[in-house]
Amino acid sequence: MFEYAPAPESVRPQIKEHYGLFVDGEFTDAADGADFKSVNPSTEEVLFTVAEAGEADVQAAVAAARRAQETVWGPMSGAERGKYLFRIARLLQEKAREFAVAESLDNGKPIKETRDFDVPTAAQHFFYHAGWADKLAYAGLGADPRPLGVIGQVIPWNFPLLMLAWKIAPALACGNTAVLKPAETTPLTALMFAELCQEADLPPGVVNILPGAGGTGAALVASAVDKVAFTGSTAVGRAIAKSIAGSKKKLTLELGGKAANIVFDDAPIDQAVEGIVNGIFFNQGHVCCAGSRLLVQESVADEVLARLKARVETLRVGDPLDKNTDIGAINSAEQLERITALTDTGRGEGAEVWQPDCDLPDRGFWFRPTVFTGVQQSMRIAKEEIFGPVLSVLTFRTPDEAIAKANNTPYGLSAGVWTEKGSKILWAAERLRAGVVWANTFNQFDAASPFGGLKESGYGREGGRQGLEAYLDV
Amino acid sequence: MSDRLRVKKTYKLYVGGKFPRSESGRSYPVSSPDGTELANAALASRKDGRDAVAAARKAQRPWAGQTAYLRGQILYRAAEMLEGRAGQFAEEVAEATGAEPDAALGTVESAIDRLVHYAGWTDKYTSVLGGANPVAGPYFNHTTPEPLGVICVIAPQDDPFLGLIEAVAPAIAAGNTAVVLASETKPLPALSFGEVLATSDLPGGVVNVLSGRAAEIAPHLAAHADVNGIDLSGVADAELAASLEAAAAETLKVVRRPGRQLDSLGLLRQWTEYKTVWHPAGMAAAAGGGY
Repeated sequence: MFEYAPAPESVRPQIKEHYGLFVDGEFTDAADGADFKSVNPSTEEVLFTVAEAGEADVQAAVAAARRAQETVWGPMSGAERGKYLFRIARLLQEKAREFAVAESLDNGKPIKETRDFDVPTAAQHFFYHAGWADKLAYAGLGADPRPLGVIGQVIPWNFPLLMLAWKIAPALACGNTAVLKPAETTPLTALMFAELCQEADLPPGVVNILPGAGGTGAALVASAVDKVAFTGSTAVGRAIAKSIAGSKKKLTLELGGKAANIVFDDAPIDQAVEGIVNGIFFNQGHVCCAGSRLLVQESVADEVLARLKARVETLRVGDPLDKNTDIGAINSAEQLERITALTDTGRGEGAEVWQPDCDLPDRGFWFRPTVFTGVQQSMRIAKEEIFGPVLSVLTFRTPDEAIAKANNTPYGLSAGVWTEKGSKILWAAERLRAGVVWANTFNQFDAASPFGGLKESGYGREGGRQGLEAYLDV
Repeated sequence: MSDRLRVKKTYKLYVGGKFPRSESGRSYPVSSPDGTELANAALASRKDGRDAVAAARKAQRPWAGQTAYLRGQILYRAAEMLEGRAGQFAEEVAEATGAEPDAALGTVESAIDRLVHYAGWTDKYTSVLGGANPVAGPYFNHTTPEPLGVICVIAPQDDPFLGLIEAVAPAIAAGNTAVVLASETKPLPALSFGEVLATSDLPGGVVNVLSGRAAEIAPHLAAHADVNGIDLSGVADAELAASLEAAAAETLKVVRRPGRQLDSLGLLRQWTEYKTVWHPAGMAAAAGGGY
């Protein structure tokens, strides 16, 4: 077997030493002067410092957004709003390489993924929603759907730019203005996006970006916004839902998951193995819809596991900026600690752990791809979202048992089904309590396809015709 | 004013991504409403019409097979290209129609915005028009719109640019390919529009532009067995329109009659077929094997 030579990405984006908040079209420091550092998780080096928004900044941003919504963006024709969004989509396409490298640096995910997935999918999201701006009457939500007003948005660190696109594109297309808080550990591409809004001549106040931590998010949720859109953990989602209870604020939530990836005995095994690997190791497993529970039919379990381990042995873990890298760095020390703790629990509960024998870099936050076998439904690794490259393997004998196990979770975001029988796919899809079901594929995303969960994975959809409802007064 | 001699453009057809003269070797003079001679346009023949239909047919399946997202980006690219040449087109529209420069520029700007509008439809109209059907049995049943195929457009006579784009854009946005017969007396902006399409990543043959006499060519296009739909918007003569519709009936083409006003979704629907797929969804069927 040949070794891979290093293939490092050569482009380096222009990262400033310091970024401000983006309020009313201008970069500004926090009213109280607070700032924090953003770290490259693959080296632990500080990339830049950034202002941390406090309550006064939140109020200023919401006021700017309100003014922009009432005087400029709301009254503007849908066609003209759409043209701004098309412009943003085109600028993102033009700067795709720069954004991809920046995202890899700040997040730790492989350049292969930022280049081929995060950035192009974000651009598609703007392109898609640009087209809706003058067609909202055709969305099936009434003849004259109105915007909600000012939207407060809080996004996670796993797909920083893409989650921003999922939030801002539909909000703006529907005539709202936005105040968005990127995740504490990954503000870079949101700030670059703010610069891009300036370049697009987007009217001031339409998009406001407020870096910060949980406190900033809480202040934004509590502020005078008309709607809150949140993607992140179920615990925080629950707290947000409680905190706005009794108010007139609307809410959509895209929360955690513990997706079952079901492999029936009549599945195309090689394809299924690729799908299992993609399902759990894509983006280091930092994916709310990750296929973190493999449910494999007993009769093919040995074969699937043998091939799965052989495949995982070939995964390359390391430098996110190397184009050959499959698995990059864990996003933060905190997340690494959480993954490590839950994995230790799995060992303690009696599951059998397997990891490939791969080298890890000396510095940075790293975790080997991990497969647990002999997992029982009662174990924490079968119930809790690990949000890391850790797969829990369970087995089943009958299709009914597979469905029962798959649905035995408070979550309901996604599921996978592997079988060559179409009727079985549709039978299973009908019974799976999940917002997205992938059949003979996994982790597919498209601006035209609604995404979102059931049960404690939240409510509301993002993308597609159905996703517009979250940003319209209907 | 410079005494340099101006290099005048030869206006040719746009067929299969190329700019041929008419195979007949004919041309006809084109003037502005005040009688100023503008240029000679190729006078397309029946054979040119057949060539254009063949080019459109060849391009249709690959075009429909592109992702809707890509079709949208290409239409948007056409809008970008047109924006860069807005001045030239405003001049051509003004010369062709006698419109004031401001009004002509307004027409061109509207045309750009309409291309952007249809760029946004490509990845949405299937979701708006199609969907799941709740049949009374254990079946997955889904209906999705599909392009009709090759559409012939007899473009509006007095609105030679915006009218043409408003007719062509929905047809190609929905995955059809088009053969367009430009306004007989005002064909120049349409022929120049071919240059915009040729530089917009639009595959050759998706749009083909002919100039000539509707009374001469349209009957052949209407009777052509490899054409699936015909837009008679630009046929002012009621008798000719009726005879074209009758000719189109022989191969059961879909016809848009003159004067039929439609919104953008209506235009997309006009050139769309529906396909319904049934598939068993029950475990009994799955257990029985073979599915």
